[in-house]
Amino acid sequence: MLVIGLFFVLPLLLVVMVSFWDYNSYSIIPDFIFTNYEDIFYGCIRGLPDLCTAFATYLSTIKFVFITWLVTLIVGFLVALFLAFCVRSLPMQVALFLLCTIPFWTSNVIRMISWIPLLGRNGLVNTGLMDVGLIQSPFEWLLYSEFAVIVAFVHLYTLFMVVPIFNSMMRIDRSLLEAAYDAGASTWQTLANVVIPLCRPGIIIGSIFVVTIVMGDFITIGVMGGQQIASVGKIINVEMQYLQFPAAAANAVILIFTTLMIIFGMTRIVDVRKEL
Amino acid sequence: MMTAVFVLFILFLYGPMISILVLSFQGPDGGLTFPMRGFSTFWFESLFDGVGVIDIWSAFGRSIRLGLVVMVLTVVLSLMAGLAFRKKFMMAGALFYATVSSLIVPSIVISLGVALEFRILDDMIKAFGDSQQITWIIEDFRTTMGLFSSGLGAQLTWTLPFGLLIMFAVFNRFDPSYEEAARDLGAGPWKTFTEAVLPIIAPSLIGVALFGFTLSYDELARSSQAIGGLNTLPLELRGLTTTVTDPTIYALGTLTTGISFTVIGLALLLYFILRRRTVAHRSA
Repeated sequence: MLVIGLFFVLPLLLVVMVSFWDYNSYSIIPDFIFTNYEDIFYGCIRGLPDLCTAFATYLSTIKFVFITWLVTLIVGFLVALFLAFCVRSLPMQVALFLLCTIPFWTSNVIRMISWIPLLGRNGLVNTGLMDVGLIQSPFEWLLYSEFAVIVAFVHLYTLFMVVPIFNSMMRIDRSLLEAAYDAGASTWQTLANVVIPLCRPGIIIGSIFVVTIVMGDFITIGVMGGQQIASVGKIINVEMQYLQFPAAAANAVILIFTTLMIIFGMTRIVDVRKEL
Repeated sequence: MMTAVFVLFILFLYGPMISILVLSFQGPDGGLTFPMRGFSTFWFESLFDGVGVIDIWSAFGRSIRLGLVVMVLTVVLSLMAGLAFRKKFMMAGALFYATVSSLIVPSIVISLGVALEFRILDDMIKAFGDSQQITWIIEDFRTTMGLFSSGLGAQLTWTLPFGLLIMFAVFNRFDPSYEEAARDLGAGPWKTFTEAVLPIIAPSLIGVALFGFTLSYDELARSSQAIGGLNTLPLELRGLTTTVTDPTIYALGTLTTGISFTVIGLALLLYFILRRRTVAHRSA
């Protein structure tokens, strides 16, 4: 209890507090100023319609969040659907589910670098496509690119979607599906009107996980983007390396705020749909 | 159709991992990608000789030690919390939400917060040393940040929520009549706990321990800013991705993955042994 207070609640409060502090090149100074926030958005309003660094970075991070969320949601939903409804016996379900979770137990960095032999310039994908004769020269955009970042995100985090959705699917009473079938609903209608609404909690939990992880990420974007792509997490990371803690803290506050807004917005959208 | 989707997904999950497993046995002339040029353990040997300037083996030792400490603390604290939450107490709701929300706050923010916390603590200790003229603080004191202070704390914010959620699931299904039976037979509170409750939940505690160790062993984002001067293995690995350009890094990957799997295998084995014993006890 003390541990959570000491290492979670207190640090968060400190981040908020320090974001109003002043700093110089070697130390941080207690104060109450808004300079850190002003610095982040320096020239943002005046420079419109051109995007300033802060807006551009947030926009690019949100773009990654959206694409990753969409792909993991679709893939995760399909996999959960298969596990929950297409596999009949319980031992088989458990076995296949474990098969999905095993890769989760290795280091994320290892799972990232394992894409190098596949996506690299001389990787399997490029050589394969060249052998077949589809392309003459290797694709350069496969590795160390936005594409690679998204592939890695999907690879790393689809499981966070599968588990909660699978969990809520397993709680669906099978007689409801039979009832839908008896009432003459097609597979698609059953899916849209019975299964998806009942999976809502699972979908929301999975989405919250994926969104928060990708929002704050700087490691995957760093490694898979060849350290060339900016993200909010990366800005914080770099500022900390230069010991600009108050600036990093101000960015962190904005990051938390944005993340909460997205989560809040998502739960609202889903709620609204339920009421229609 | 659905089966095809699932098979593709499994291929997508395992394909890359299998490829680095295979490539780590690349011949001495081989590079980072296929084709294989011979089959050898050359890169494992070069790994044992050390990689560049980084001392992989002491990083590895630090990771294991930190993982074990995190594991023990996670088990003990989750168990205590699980027991406490069986009764209602003040702030139970707030504490629960604080713990679970620790899972969804971006890791970099927690890392930053912990780093700040220890930095401010350092400043306070230094100021205190200066004002009181305590020589050892002025001369020798560097920082309170380190593997087993800030690093440990940052990792616990990641492992404890998992442990707590598992303990909730366990105690939700726990049948209190076992405890009542022990009490009726004259066991005191401690004896009831050690001889009735603990054996029943032991398999789940193994699960918590497994989570504690593996999550810590592979943890990266939360420890990144809070670990102090000496890095753990995942942090060193991340550094290596930009500097190392031969299959040594695959050999290292194969090795740490192998260690993760060994730990999981051992935990599962222990789990089944304990479970069988519990079941045997119940039917006896």
